[in-house]
Amino acid sequence: MSMNRQGRPTTPSTLAANQTDAESSSGEETFSGHKGLQHEEGLIFERGRSDKTGVDLADPLPVEPRLGGLARQNPIGLPGLAEPETVRHYVRLSRMNYAIDSGLYPLGSCTMKHNPRLNEKMARLPGFGDVHPLQPQSTVKGAIALIEMLAGYLMELTGMPAIAMSPKAGAHGELAGMLAVKAAHDAAGDTDRRIVLVPESAHGTNPATAAFAGYSVRTIEARADGTVAAQSVKDALGPEVAAIMLTNPNTCGLFEPEVVDIADAVHEAGAYFYCDGANFNAIVGKVRPGDLGIDAMHINLHKTFSTPHGGGGPGAGPVVLSEALAKFAPLPFLTSENGRTRLVETLSEAESLGADPFGRLTAFHGQMGMFVRALSYMLSHGADGMRQASEDAVLAANYVRAGLRDVMSQPFGDQPCMHEVLFDDKFLKDTGVTTLDFAKAMIDEGYHPMTMYFPLVVHGAMLIEPTESESLASLDNFIATLRNLAQAARDGQKQRFTAAPRFTPRRRLDETQAARQPVLRWTPPVQEKEAAE
Amino acid sequence: MRYLPLEANDRRTMLDRIGVANIDDLFAAVPADKLMHELPDVPNTASEMAVEQQLKRLSSASVSAGDVPFFCGAGAYRHHVPASVDHLIQRSEFLTSYTPYQPEIAQGTLQVLFEFQTQVALITGMDVANASMYDGSTATAEAVLMAHRLTRRKKALVSGGLHPQYRDVITTLSHHGGDLVTALPPDATGSEDIISAIDDATSCVVVQYPDFFGSVRDLSAIAKAAHDKGALLVVAVTEIVSLGALKSPGEMGADIVAAEGQSIGNGLNFGGPYVGLFACRQKHVRQMPGRLCGETVDADGKRGFVLTLSTREQHIRREKATSNICTNSGLCALAFTIHLTLLGERGFTQLAAINHANAVALADALSGVPGVEVLNDAFFNEFTLRLCKPGHQVVEALAEKGVLGGVPVSRLEPERQELADLVIVASTELNSDEDRSEFVAALKEVLA
Repeated sequence: MSMNRQGRPTTPSTLAANQTDAESSSGEETFSGHKGLQHEEGLIFERGRSDKTGVDLADPLPVEPRLGGLARQNPIGLPGLAEPETVRHYVRLSRMNYAIDSGLYPLGSCTMKHNPRLNEKMARLPGFGDVHPLQPQSTVKGAIALIEMLAGYLMELTGMPAIAMSPKAGAHGELAGMLAVKAAHDAAGDTDRRIVLVPESAHGTNPATAAFAGYSVRTIEARADGTVAAQSVKDALGPEVAAIMLTNPNTCGLFEPEVVDIADAVHEAGAYFYCDGANFNAIVGKVRPGDLGIDAMHINLHKTFSTPHGGGGPGAGPVVLSEALAKFAPLPFLTSENGRTRLVETLSEAESLGADPFGRLTAFHGQMGMFVRALSYMLSHGADGMRQASEDAVLAANYVRAGLRDVMSQPFGDQPCMHEVLFDDKFLKDTGVTTLDFAKAMIDEGYHPMTMYFPLVVHGAMLIEPTESESLASLDNFIATLRNLAQAARDGQKQRFTAAPRFTPRRRLDETQAARQPVLRWTPPVQEKEAAE
Repeated sequence: MRYLPLEANDRRTMLDRIGVANIDDLFAAVPADKLMHELPDVPNTASEMAVEQQLKRLSSASVSAGDVPFFCGAGAYRHHVPASVDHLIQRSEFLTSYTPYQPEIAQGTLQVLFEFQTQVALITGMDVANASMYDGSTATAEAVLMAHRLTRRKKALVSGGLHPQYRDVITTLSHHGGDLVTALPPDATGSEDIISAIDDATSCVVVQYPDFFGSVRDLSAIAKAAHDKGALLVVAVTEIVSLGALKSPGEMGADIVAAEGQSIGNGLNFGGPYVGLFACRQKHVRQMPGRLCGETVDADGKRGFVLTLSTREQHIRREKATSNICTNSGLCALAFTIHLTLLGERGFTQLAAINHANAVALADALSGVPGVEVLNDAFFNEFTLRLCKPGHQVVEALAEKGVLGGVPVSRLEPERQELADLVIVASTELNSDEDRSEFVAALKEVLA
């Protein structure tokens, strides 16, 4: 028997040489619809069957049901898959997502920093992950101690005397802060304050929260340098104003230089200062918001303290409060007596302690799983590491600014920014390329786009937040890519932008059709339905 | 610091390129007297090993549910979560991605949401569902606000069978928005007459199913009475597994279903993060709060998914939005969807049957203990005991004996003396014969 000594070809050259341009283009379709590592994947409703399951369950105990005649009679229509099918389905879906773990994710204001896996491991410790919110408090001392410790860290870092831990996300924290403001005014008999001042550059959640809390919004314009002038605030204040909601550092990536004067003016007018803490990550260990005169600020644990964004939550939005607002904090809250800390969960107990909570924002105690992750992050970094992280975040944003300032345009001139740098679309003028096109071209280059068209005050805004998690080499590659794109736009390579993205599982999606004729769930194909009937 | 890739010489290079002498030049906008010179008063950097040791010590200071016979419910339930669920939700591409605002590179998350919305609509018996809310309590409060918008009325009628903390969340949000809430007194026996309390100003009737005390009752008559007065029926569900055994709220005439989805795919986590489910009728979809994922096509005509109807949301509508909600509970929704896909209809209904049977067995065993009365005739996996001693004392004493034997109603309703001897007990597929025997033996001793 003769051995095949030739073996398989080990260089691609012979194959590649025979390939035409058309064959190597990305537009080519395959028989299976898959493309190498990229798999097309149908819906579970098209793959599963209702009589199939991926879980082995015992038979129920033989008992006489006591469902009061309400036992389900009709089929539900839920598909099931075996475990390997389920795993493959969701792994394939996952591969259609961009993620921090796979690349730079410069979403301004969203803070896509590294999510340490230690945090995940810690959140799954049984004393945190496998305890019930209504177990006797004597059996959850460790869980309560963790919340107390995190609360202490957050108060120390913000320089604030009180905190409400239960809000479930940033906007929920905003609501907590604004309802505390309202309760404080009500308690003082000051019930005619119906207006909340909100700068036009604010996150949409600010005016939405103010409205949710029953207030009307008065908009404050920014000045030419992107910040809010104390004088504009003074002009807008009056006896009808309950509070200002100001983001600092602001959504243009700038620290508000007159923030102390603004705080003074607000207090002088008998109003409160709500600070949107979405950008706290720029100043942890550098500035304490409490020293600036704020009355309330939510902290997005999923931004500043690295708890994962999870494709859109869960977040956590504890809100720190000033002395003036502390007693109005919502239920539940922690109290300590004789070295023993407990959760105060009911109005009667709160009142017996002299507190006057405005109410309750959620069942149970807040986002424990996020608390553990955030504390794990804080313990890991420590005071020195957290300060360094803020400095590195600011440094990285300014480095990107320095690398792009000659080829992109900045709406407020070239000035130092905080943790994010804002560009507008002036540099794309007359190129036929929009901010959206530019963003989609970034996708083809392997990057997640920056936040676009926000803040609203800037035309075609591009808000870039590289975070402290990027190496110098990574930042250099990012800058080089954006420089190349800016040049390409100017060189008239419009097609590279308007046709983008070309290398993604899906190309641009028709959002108009989605909104006009909403299809919000799967329904069986019509033929099958008719056949079944 | 292991999470920071930049090194001292990198930082120097970067400062030079930027054109500033030192880092604080970049903080020049901060008033000089406000810039901190001292570090915050917390410890410095710690190694992974040190953090792990510290947090493990804290963790061990709690009694975890898995270590003892465990029977707590009242809005959070301990179920078995398959290992593949926790593995899959930790995939980098799910865990470390943002809200899918760039749909071309977020089809994974978007398709999951589309599947999630469909599953939620199916099990609740409703037309459509959103991409999740924070939790069941906030979903229920948002349902009330949605009902106000739809009916242009301002009064919610809340059943005494609703979880007291859910009721309090509704009351808090309503009070500050100037809306009215009529809350009926706690209804431990499932016998309240809510129909006669509906009037022409009522925007919605809010009932829990199964209710806080564990009872199940037919909601069809309440739905009809509400609709006759132009009001909507909001059904809150805290134990979503129950819908594997029970008629769905949609089949009984619910207009909005707000539910806690924690039981599927998600652990107890001391109360959060959980996942709020929110479903309604198709005709009301434009007044729904929260994110929605919809089907569409891409430039090549291929099916794809996007976030849609965002003109309801805060980032577009600002103060005119249907809600201020931004972040939802994406990863918990993913866990829910994966677990429910593993279960399928067969597994889901069987899981429900096991839960119900275990609860029936437990109720029978406990009702044989002197000094114990089971209040419910019909229930799913949870029921209420009337004891011969104050509930909170009994539960504390049980805990000392190593049994987590339910939730005393007085923990949530301390003012109501008539509820002081009630304990709510839940049983799931995780409870064994041994668990039940230990509970019965311990309760006998405590009540003796």
